[in-house]
Amino acid sequence: MTAPRTIFEKLWDAHRVRDLAGDTGLLLVDRILLHERTGGIALKSLAASDRKVANPAQVFVTMDHIVDTLPGRTDDTLMPSGKQFITETRAAAKAAGLTLFDLGDPRQGIVHVVSPENGIVLPGLTLVCPDSHTCSQGALGALAWGIGSSEAEHALATSTLRVRRPRTMRVMVDGALPAGVGAKDLALHIIARLGSAGAQGFIVEFDGPAIRALGVEARLTLCNMAAELSAFTAIISADDVVFDYLRGRPYAPKDAAWDRAVAHWRTLPSDPGALYDAELTIDAVEVAPMVTWGTSPQQSVPISRRVPAVAAPTDTPEAQSRALAYMDLDENAALAGLAIDAAFIGSCTNGRLSDLRDAAAILAGRQVAPGVTAICVPGSTQVKQAAEAEGLDAVFRTAGFEWREAGCSMCFFAGGESFGTKARVISSTNRNFESRQGPETRTHLASPAVVAASAVAGRITAPADL
Amino acid sequence: MTPFTRLTSLAVPLLRDNVDTDAIIPSREMKSVAKTGLAEGLFAGWRYTAIGGREPDPAFVLNDPALAGAQILIGGRNFGCGSSREHAVWALAEYGFRVVVATSFNPIFRGNCVRNGVVPVELDGAPIIAVAGPITVDLPSQTVTGGGRTWSFAIEDEAKTMLLEGLDPIALTLKSSEDIARFIAQDRAMRDWAYLAGTPA
Repeated sequence: MTAPRTIFEKLWDAHRVRDLAGDTGLLLVDRILLHERTGGIALKSLAASDRKVANPAQVFVTMDHIVDTLPGRTDDTLMPSGKQFITETRAAAKAAGLTLFDLGDPRQGIVHVVSPENGIVLPGLTLVCPDSHTCSQGALGALAWGIGSSEAEHALATSTLRVRRPRTMRVMVDGALPAGVGAKDLALHIIARLGSAGAQGFIVEFDGPAIRALGVEARLTLCNMAAELSAFTAIISADDVVFDYLRGRPYAPKDAAWDRAVAHWRTLPSDPGALYDAELTIDAVEVAPMVTWGTSPQQSVPISRRVPAVAAPTDTPEAQSRALAYMDLDENAALAGLAIDAAFIGSCTNGRLSDLRDAAAILAGRQVAPGVTAICVPGSTQVKQAAEAEGLDAVFRTAGFEWREAGCSMCFFAGGESFGTKARVISSTNRNFESRQGPETRTHLASPAVVAASAVAGRITAPADL
Repeated sequence: MTPFTRLTSLAVPLLRDNVDTDAIIPSREMKSVAKTGLAEGLFAGWRYTAIGGREPDPAFVLNDPALAGAQILIGGRNFGCGSSREHAVWALAEYGFRVVVATSFNPIFRGNCVRNGVVPVELDGAPIIAVAGPITVDLPSQTVTGGGRTWSFAIEDEAKTMLLEGLDPIALTLKSSEDIARFIAQDRAMRDWAYLAGTPA
């Protein structure tokens, strides 16, 4: 009898072409995703080396990072020189014979949104993308991780990667999340507890009753934020929730192949008694609507609390002081009631249909507070169309939100659009770094529901307090 | 990739935790589909007095004339967190850094360093910063020396060999092409559902 194995160990073993020096292995890569920000350079560099894409059928390219999200967009961008990223990536993708979700294609959107919705990521696959939030896709039971452009070039040329074996961490989430508390709150809660380097080099496996109760989109949100733990990646073993989600999607297996796939997928969850290098248990009942107060995702508290007077064990007093000065907040400052200039809903973290529904449920019959810039950017063109089909766009527009085309948009500032110098933004995105959303912008990360409630109040507000 | 054996240089202290790749190279400074032209944007948000400007902020350590030409950067915990953008390492390398010393690294950033000939040295930088004058980073012996003291650091064999020999990992892996093809043929027989239409036989 073989020793019990974690899902990670099963996937590592199944993809290991050979062992390399030390703890490094040569792993087979099943899917490669690229976007115009970091993928174009990988394709360009590959061609310059006179190398070819080993298996063009396994590669998908989408436009998300640089494209404008304003209606009527073209290859021209508000970001200076942005057009070059779009046109060069398009040309390189076409020259290499890759599947391209281009501007105007109904499959276009943020890479970690379009991959699940098209059935590109599947349980048991290895998937890489030169993007740190590739960990999102572990939500479907795949071994999916972010890489640099040089590694993307390696994967393209060889269908493999030389991978340093990560350590394993299991995060069990017991109980049930309280009403009005979602995956984003859970993610921020875990990051606050572990710190921004709290899972550095680990693959984090989420499991437990509270995880099983989450839909696929919420699981994507949770795994997405593992990037903010500096994890190698995150994973949730697939169950019927995932199989039901994937059945019939364009690139998912069909007919008899589907049945063989599901039979295989059912063998993948971690065996009882499998050992982890680290374990953590979270009680879901303790999770509350969260908001960040600083410039690192670990600097967050429940909305009802104040900025901590003392730096967390994972932080330093210097970092806390610097963050508070940047955010123009004092120690012990209350988060609830803090006036905001802007509200943003979108991104690979919280730009899916369920996120827009959560926000719309709060916005229905209400108005964005005067003076607040409010923008909603669906994560993909399919999300946008599905939202429009059920009238969510009208809810957002009527409330005073801009309704945009799909893309990464103002999750980050690339020299084009921004919220304005020192603007205080409540945002459903993933990073509150200095100047991330524009020059000296002050970003507060939160769930789509909290962003919507805050937009209406004009101040940071928990939905229950609206 | 330029091989690395040993380097003696002054070190630039940037002992902040969670220095993210947005800080190392802001997105607005990534202006073309290229690995070059990035040094000017290195730490742009901290290095210049205004966003998008080019007037050096004398308060930022990179602008300290006493440290001009330094090839070693010393950071804190979780250096290189955030975005996977390899431009962060391209910018550091183009500026002239060959070594980053940090208490710990983000894994993607660390991998990007190794693939670009920049040595990631995992050590607490605080005592090293206390050394006046240059320090020496020796990769074969995995040591940092300075001020009469020596610190040992760990690095996995794969990364060490890549850095020492300046290897191209793609060329190295392509030598195993037959192994890979054999593995794929076996795997495909077992996991046919994982292979998309159009995959070469």
